[in-house]
Amino acid sequence: MSGGQQGGRCHAFFISIPLGKAHTAGCSCLSVCKGLPCFSCAILCSSANATPEFEGRGGDDLGTEIANTLARIFNKGSLDLKSLCISPREHCWVLYVDVLLLECGGNLFDAISIAVKAALFNTRIPRVHVLEDEEGSKEIELSDDPYDCIQLSVENVPCIITLCKIGYRHVVDATLQEEACSLASLLVSVTNKGVVTCMRKVGKGSLDPESIFEMMETGERVGKALHSSLQSLLHKEESLGPKRQKVGFLG
Amino acid sequence: MAGLELLSDQGYRVDGRRAGELRKIQARMGVFAQADGSAYIEQGNTKALAVVYGPHEIRGSRSRALPDRALVNCQYSSATFSTAERKRRPHGDRKSCELGLQLRQTFEAAILTQLHPRSQIDIYVQVLQADGGTYAACVNAATLAVLDAGIPMRDFVCACSAGFVDGTALTDLSHVEEASGSPQLALALLPASGQIALLEMDARLHEDHLEQVLEAAAQAARGVHTLLDRVVRQHVREASILLGD
Repeated sequence: MSGGQQGGRCHAFFISIPLGKAHTAGCSCLSVCKGLPCFSCAILCSSANATPEFEGRGGDDLGTEIANTLARIFNKGSLDLKSLCISPREHCWVLYVDVLLLECGGNLFDAISIAVKAALFNTRIPRVHVLEDEEGSKEIELSDDPYDCIQLSVENVPCIITLCKIGYRHVVDATLQEEACSLASLLVSVTNKGVVTCMRKVGKGSLDPESIFEMMETGERVGKALHSSLQSLLHKEESLGPKRQKVGFLG
Repeated sequence: MAGLELLSDQGYRVDGRRAGELRKIQARMGVFAQADGSAYIEQGNTKALAVVYGPHEIRGSRSRALPDRALVNCQYSSATFSTAERKRRPHGDRKSCELGLQLRQTFEAAILTQLHPRSQIDIYVQVLQADGGTYAACVNAATLAVLDAGIPMRDFVCACSAGFVDGTALTDLSHVEEASGSPQLALALLPASGQIALLEMDARLHEDHLEQVLEAAAQAARGVHTLLDRVVRQHVREASILLGD
């Protein structure tokens, strides 16, 4: 198998995550391109499945907001972009992550970040080598074994924890009803070591600086617990091997 | 692909099926709690999700309301990761708009719209993985979703695609067969009466062969009807067990 110099083969890995009542589907897709290895995120919450308001272009605002947030939480250390390089200054992999929002049940950002992390964990990058011709034109060749792949390390990929302020206290993993009662929320992006990569306040209300520090501490604590349980779940699923049952919506 | 035999001498297709054989169909109703009706269907590797909202008040301009019947609004969307090459626009492009209109035409023929005047029924279909027969999978999923929503219909709407290769009619085409360039036909059928809700073909086919292909597609659609009927009865049985106790 061999691909051309630009726009080579793509692989897509799809996982579906139901989190309470919020259903998201995350997928990562690779393609070869010239230039710097980069990571591009596209959110498709414009699926009218979630709510009729997202019909046509209705969901674009929310989609852009989520895509920008995801682009921000991934900073220098999150993904090893050097492993996406094929030949320096010439060819590299571009990683596209597509998220499809199927049902809105509250706590959107958390569910999406979990889906993205799981999809990246599931991604397999095929091993390629560059063959050079006599004339100097390069061709990229895939190895013959379809299972000869590199896995991405998702150790440092952060997860978003949303803390909603309701009255004088704050809650994590809010349902739709709880979100409707909360005036302001804090989005904290936490890695598995408890390092905060990004923080954002959303909502119409205002927050006291004291409560922001409290919420951040809770976010770090919850984030570490979330990472460890997600990691163990992903490893458990991986250990089932290729014979594992892909259940999807039918289970 | 040059040299790929769509139908071998022994009568087997690329994926090992016979000419008139359908792919494995698995379906589930009531997938989402928030929507009025929802369903998920897997036809071989093609996966489609349908969600129904309604009947509810007309959204947007009141002038679109029809005084004697309901308005059926369909949107077809296929995920960017549904095909082998990453698609840029999930919906809004010409093909998706056309498929949305075709779905609307199909369901206006089946839903008893006279029972809900001045209201709107929304049918949203999402293709998660496309491996040929996406229109058929969407129609089948939407039928189940409309039934899950409790909207009265004249009959099931069952759809299937059919093609014509080497003098034989093939049913339920996969992506490889669709991409080969052979004539293909999409048929949506109301099985009890045998009425055709939608018939679409955009290739050159001699009229002598048309009847053979049409009959094969109708037979396959009746096969799909048997499966969908079983799924609906199973769902009702499960729901009545939950309510009964």
